[in-house]
Amino acid sequence: MAAAPQAKADTAMQIDTLRLPGGGAWITTAREEALARLRATGLPQRRDEYWKFTRPDSLTQAEAPRAALFEDAGEPEMFGGVDRLRLVFVDGVFDAEASDDPAMAGLRIERLSDVAGQDLHWARDLYGTLEARGQTPVARPLAALTALATDGVLIHVTGKAARPVNLIYHHRSETSDAALHHVIRLDAGAELTVLENGPAAARFNKVMEVDVADEARFHHVRVQGRDHERRAATHIFARLGRESAFKSFTMTANGVMTRNECVIEFTGDDASAHVAGAAMGDGDFHGDDTVFITHDAERCESRQVFKKVLRNGATGVFQGKILVKPGAQKTDGYQISQALLLDDDSQFLAKPELEIYADDVACSHGSTSGAIDEDALYYLRSRGVPKPIATDLLVLSFLAEAVEEIAEESLRDEITARIASWLERRRG
Amino acid sequence: MLEIKNLHVDLEEEDKTILKGVDLSVEAGKVHAIMGPNGSGKSTLSYVLSGRDGYTVTEGSATLDGQDLLDMETEERAAAGLFLAFQYPVEIPGVGNMTFLRTAVNAQRKARGQDEISASDFLKLVREKAKSLEIDADMLKRPVNVGFSGGEKKRNEILQMAVLEPKMCILDETDSGLDVDAMKLVAGGVNALRDAGRGFLVITHYQRLLDHIVPDVVHIMSEGRIIKSGGPDLALEVEKNGYADLKAEVA
Repeated sequence: MAAAPQAKADTAMQIDTLRLPGGGAWITTAREEALARLRATGLPQRRDEYWKFTRPDSLTQAEAPRAALFEDAGEPEMFGGVDRLRLVFVDGVFDAEASDDPAMAGLRIERLSDVAGQDLHWARDLYGTLEARGQTPVARPLAALTALATDGVLIHVTGKAARPVNLIYHHRSETSDAALHHVIRLDAGAELTVLENGPAAARFNKVMEVDVADEARFHHVRVQGRDHERRAATHIFARLGRESAFKSFTMTANGVMTRNECVIEFTGDDASAHVAGAAMGDGDFHGDDTVFITHDAERCESRQVFKKVLRNGATGVFQGKILVKPGAQKTDGYQISQALLLDDDSQFLAKPELEIYADDVACSHGSTSGAIDEDALYYLRSRGVPKPIATDLLVLSFLAEAVEEIAEESLRDEITARIASWLERRRG
Repeated sequence: MLEIKNLHVDLEEEDKTILKGVDLSVEAGKVHAIMGPNGSGKSTLSYVLSGRDGYTVTEGSATLDGQDLLDMETEERAAAGLFLAFQYPVEIPGVGNMTFLRTAVNAQRKARGQDEISASDFLKLVREKAKSLEIDADMLKRPVNVGFSGGEKKRNEILQMAVLEPKMCILDETDSGLDVDAMKLVAGGVNALRDAGRGFLVITHYQRLLDHIVPDVVHIMSEGRIIKSGGPDLALEVEKNGYADLKAEVA
C-alpha cells in the first residue's frame, strides 16, 4: 500500500536541498534550468499517469537501496569480439585508466567533468535542451534530475566514426547512487554506433541526449545485464533531422527495477527511427519500457518492437506512444509490444497510444500477451528435443523479432548467444 | 515393430471417443497405409502414437520394439525411433532450420547415450540428404518452415526424417496440398528411406500418394476402427467405389 504522504516526504529526495555541482557559465545555466523544471514537475508519484505500472519510490527515495554486487562466472566480455573504443565508468565515475585513448578519426570525445568548467562549449546548445523538449507533454522528472550529474561523455561526431564507442558501466559499491549525463551530436552525414553494457551502480540514473543532424546515422545497442538487485532509470532523448536514421536496441536481463524511456522527435522529413527491446525477467524482475515518438515532419517512419519473456512472477511494462502532429503527412508509424508469460504469476502491463493530427498517415499498433504455443512445443518435442530445450527455442523464437532490429549481424549474433546462455543457466 | 492393440482413445476436452479399438501391427521393412474418410480417427492415431496432449488412452496398448510408447514423453518416443511427418508443419520464426535439426539430432543422440555429432559431419549429412529433396542452402538457413510453400514444408519434413533416421515413420496426410511434381519429390524421399529395418505408416485420404509410395498393406479406417485390410488393390477399390460401399459391406 502507498505510504502516507508525510512518511513519503520523509523518505523521498528533497528537491530544495539538492546542490548543483560547480561549473562554467554554460553548464551552470543548463543545470539551473533543469532543476527549475524538476521543481515545476516534482518527483514522479505513483498517481502520475505514466507511473501507474511502475512504482517510482525506489528511484526517488533519498538513499539508493542496497544492491549486492554481481559476480559473473568468468563469462566472455560483452562485445569482446567487436573492435571498439571502450570508455569505462565505475559507479558513475569515469575511469581513464581502464578506458581506451579517446582519440578517434571522425569524432571528438570529451569528459563532462573536464569541460564543465569552461565558459563556452559546443554542447551548450544541446546539454539539457533535448531533455527539456522531451518534458512536454509528459513530464520526465528523473531525467531533469541528471542536472546533478558530474560525469558523462560529450561526443561530437563530424564524420563516419571508425569504430563503435562502447560505454561500459561497472558496479563496485553496494550503495552507489550514480547519475550520468551524455550528450552526442552527429553532424550532417555523420555515423556512429554506441554500445552500452554493465550494471553501473546500485541505483543508476542516466540521460543520453542524441542530436542526429540531416542524413546522419546513429546506431545504439545496449545490454542491461545480469546484476539482479540494481535499479536503473534511463532516458534517451533524440532529435532527428532530414533523412537521418536512428536505431536503438536494448536487451534487459534481470534487474528488480528498470525504467527505460526513449523520447524521439522527428524534426526533418524522410527520417527513420527504430526502437526495440528484448527483456527476460525472472522472479521479482520489473522491466518498464516507455517510448514517446513525435512526428513533426513529413514521410518519417517509426517502429517500436518490444518483447518480454516473464516467469516466476516477473512484471513487464510497456507504454508506447506515437504522436503525429498536424502536417506530419505520410507518417508511417508501427508499434508492437508482446509478452510471453511462462506461468500464471507473471504479468505484462501495456499501454499503447496513438494520437494523430494529420489525415494522410499509416499508423498501427498491437499488444499481446500469451503463453508458449503448445503446437510448436509439440512439434519440437516430436523431433526429440526435450521440453526445457524446446521451450527455450520458442523463447528465442519469440524474442527474435526484436533482436532482428539490430542492423549489424555480428552484434545480432552476440545478443542471440547471450539470450541463449541466459536461458540455459535457468535450465540448470 | 509397431504393435497397436485394442487402442481406445478419448478426446480430453470434448469427452468424445475417437478411437474405438484399433489393432495394427507394422513389421520392419514394410509400408502400411491407412485410408479412411474424414473424421475416422486417422490423424488422432498418429497424434496419440507421438504423444500429443489432449488425448486420453482409456484402453489398449502401443509398443515400439516392445517398448511401451504410451508411457513415454513425446521426446522419448522420438529418441526411441518414432517419427511423425506432420500434416501441418509448424512455423517457428527466429530459429534457423539447421539449428533446429542439429538440436534435434544431438538431443536424440544424447538420449541414446551417444556423443554429439560434429559440426562438419552434421553439415555433410544434411547437405547430402537435402540435395535429393531439392532443398537448397537458403532453405536450410531460413527459420523453420517460415515462408515455406506447402511443398517446401513437406519436403522439410522428409528431410528431418532422413536426417533423424527413425525406425518407425508415420506420415500424416503428407500428400495434402501438394501438386504432382512435389508429391513425386516427397515420395522419392520416402522411398529412398525404405529398408529392411524400417517401418512406415502412411496415412492418406486419397489413393494417389500410394501410386508413388507403394504399400505392402492397406487398412481402411472408419469410425475409430480398422474395418478392412488388404493389399495395394484395396486402395484402388476405395478410389473407385468410395468409402460408403465398404462401410455398408462391413456393417
